[in-house]
Amino acid sequence: MIIRKLTILSAIVSLFTVSAATAGTLDTVKGQGFFNCGVSQGVPGFSNPDSDGNWSGIDVDVCRAVSAAIFGTPDNVKYVPLTAKERFTALQSGEIDVLSRNTTWTLSRDAQIGLEFAGVNFYDGQGFMVRSDSGITSAMELDGASVCTNLGTTTELNMADFFRANGMSYEPVVFEKADEVVNAYDEGRCDTYTTDKSGLAAQRTKLADPDAHVVLPETISKEPLGPVVREGDGDWADIVRWSLNAMIEAEEFGLDKGSASSTCATTGNPVVARLCGKEGGNGAALNLGDSWSYDIISQVGNYGDIYEANVGANTPVGLARAGSPNASYKNGGVLYAPPAR
Amino acid sequence: MNTEIKDNIEVTKPPIASIGVIGWLRKNLFSSWSNILLTLIGIYILYSIIPSFISWAFIDASFVGSTKQECSKEGACWIFIKENLKLIFYGLYPSEELWRINSMYFILLVCGIYILVPNLKYKGWVGSFLLILFPILSVVMFSGGFGLETVETRLWGGLFLTLVIAGVGIVLSLPIGVMLALGRRSKLPVVSLLSTIFIEIWRGVPLITVLFMASNMFPLFMPEGVNFDKLIRALIGVMFFSAAYLAEVVRGGLQAMPKGQYEAAQAMGLSYWRMMALVILPQSLKMVIPAIIGSFIAIFKDTTLVLVIGLFDFLGIIQFVGTNPDWLGFSHEGYVFAAAIFWVFCFGMSRYSQNLEKKLDTGR
Repeated sequence: MIIRKLTILSAIVSLFTVSAATAGTLDTVKGQGFFNCGVSQGVPGFSNPDSDGNWSGIDVDVCRAVSAAIFGTPDNVKYVPLTAKERFTALQSGEIDVLSRNTTWTLSRDAQIGLEFAGVNFYDGQGFMVRSDSGITSAMELDGASVCTNLGTTTELNMADFFRANGMSYEPVVFEKADEVVNAYDEGRCDTYTTDKSGLAAQRTKLADPDAHVVLPETISKEPLGPVVREGDGDWADIVRWSLNAMIEAEEFGLDKGSASSTCATTGNPVVARLCGKEGGNGAALNLGDSWSYDIISQVGNYGDIYEANVGANTPVGLARAGSPNASYKNGGVLYAPPAR
Repeated sequence: MNTEIKDNIEVTKPPIASIGVIGWLRKNLFSSWSNILLTLIGIYILYSIIPSFISWAFIDASFVGSTKQECSKEGACWIFIKENLKLIFYGLYPSEELWRINSMYFILLVCGIYILVPNLKYKGWVGSFLLILFPILSVVMFSGGFGLETVETRLWGGLFLTLVIAGVGIVLSLPIGVMLALGRRSKLPVVSLLSTIFIEIWRGVPLITVLFMASNMFPLFMPEGVNFDKLIRALIGVMFFSAAYLAEVVRGGLQAMPKGQYEAAQAMGLSYWRMMALVILPQSLKMVIPAIIGSFIAIFKDTTLVLVIGLFDFLGIIQFVGTNPDWLGFSHEGYVFAAAIFWVFCFGMSRYSQNLEKKLDTGR
């Protein structure tokens, strides 16, 4: 009997897996040969499955970039799909090492929950979609409207703020899943559907008649979406932050995925040479090899590459980059990377 | 004389309005004004739903092709299901390891058929193989070890994951439920109190809360860096939850047993366990088969709740597949397909329960 109990006990103990402790995430990650990246349960263009069941999307590419920087290959990532509510717990408990799940960077999240935001990979903002035949042309005309939205996100809070600030009344109709919200809106259970504009663009393709709906011009919130890491591990945060910055800076200097190897072979520009890992120095500061940024650019791409491949105008998500905040600062956007030197 | 008289009477058929199809219709559908009204409303509702559904699901639907562009706008796009079938059935499980799941399906199917076919020998052996060796073999085959490549549970998904959760929930919750039911009726105060507390706590919270706690709160109580597999947390939650419900079902059966059965068993000198195992439980479980199968069907459908803790069960993976930018906008097809598959499984369980009731309907 005792032996049987011991066997059961040891079986239970073996179910526990000891993984990353907070201190020295990089060492742990290097030791185990992969890291865990928290992603969504499916947001088109951000983190979604492709037809072969592999993860793809602009959020997924941030994970791939971090993997390329550390391991020289973008594939040493384990993706953990998370709901909006469990994402921060998963990060704090060490279940994941990076959270790249269209998460809005806000003061309270950054300051209170013990999270550290490592940058912005997509500048989003909340908008409203209405039926074209409703005649509504501005969000200011939405007084008394019923609004479909997701439960427990900043979207709900922004909506409340917007309506209160403008002295308008509204009736919230909330759901857990984006699919349910879209269907409810499509079935006419609410007058307008609000979420981040990126979400509106992606969800519009699910409507019965996508052309019969318009996205109102107002953007009622700033929603900078970016990767998050645990607070208290600066070295790990640096790696995630600079993996993202390297992609942005590579685009500023015209270094892209397709031409990375040829440009790097011939370049005389010292900034490009640094990104190519030819003028050594900045790898050691991150405890990485000097080719870390070259590995990112040649295997994952620069920011423009990952944007156009996942959410750009030629994808089904179809978010034109020109004129949006996601354009490089050279083209009137707000994307600007500190120099990687 | 008598025969002549009989011959003279012609056997007249009953009036045409009371036999055959017309008679049945008159009796069942048009027997009164209110029934006529209900029938007409029913026919109208069916008329407005069924033809449009059939033309959407079959006549206008697209079956052939491999891309979204080959789908017609009017009908269902079953190409979406067809192209993503591997994901829907197995989740993100590695393609080269699928034979492991398939071979376990095959073993389960063969053993299942063997048990269902009447009058075969060694059914007890096959049954105990299914209940004892099969689960152990499944753990090894599904998750790896003994030379097989490890497949983490985060890659499990689709119908496979639904069957794993439902299977574990169903198979383990029944014995636990029986023990809890016996415990609650026990004369030992501690056993009875603990069983009652356990049952009432688990029955007192919704399953979604249990899963939520397991997923969001439990990791925070653990020492930092120690992770308990999310699937196992969910499995334990589902198992205890359904065990608590089954315990009350079984207790209902125990209470329905006449006192004479207990007394007779005791008079024969049976110990408590033998009395329960040989006399009381076989009879009382038989009485509550419909309720037990009802609980099983409920568990099967409740597995879809694991979506809220980031596991991709059958329904979850269909929603997940629909977020592939190449396949946006096919959630209706996905939900109809999910409903059809769920119905097949639940109906199967329901038929099996009726079959079992008939087979065990002895002594009445």
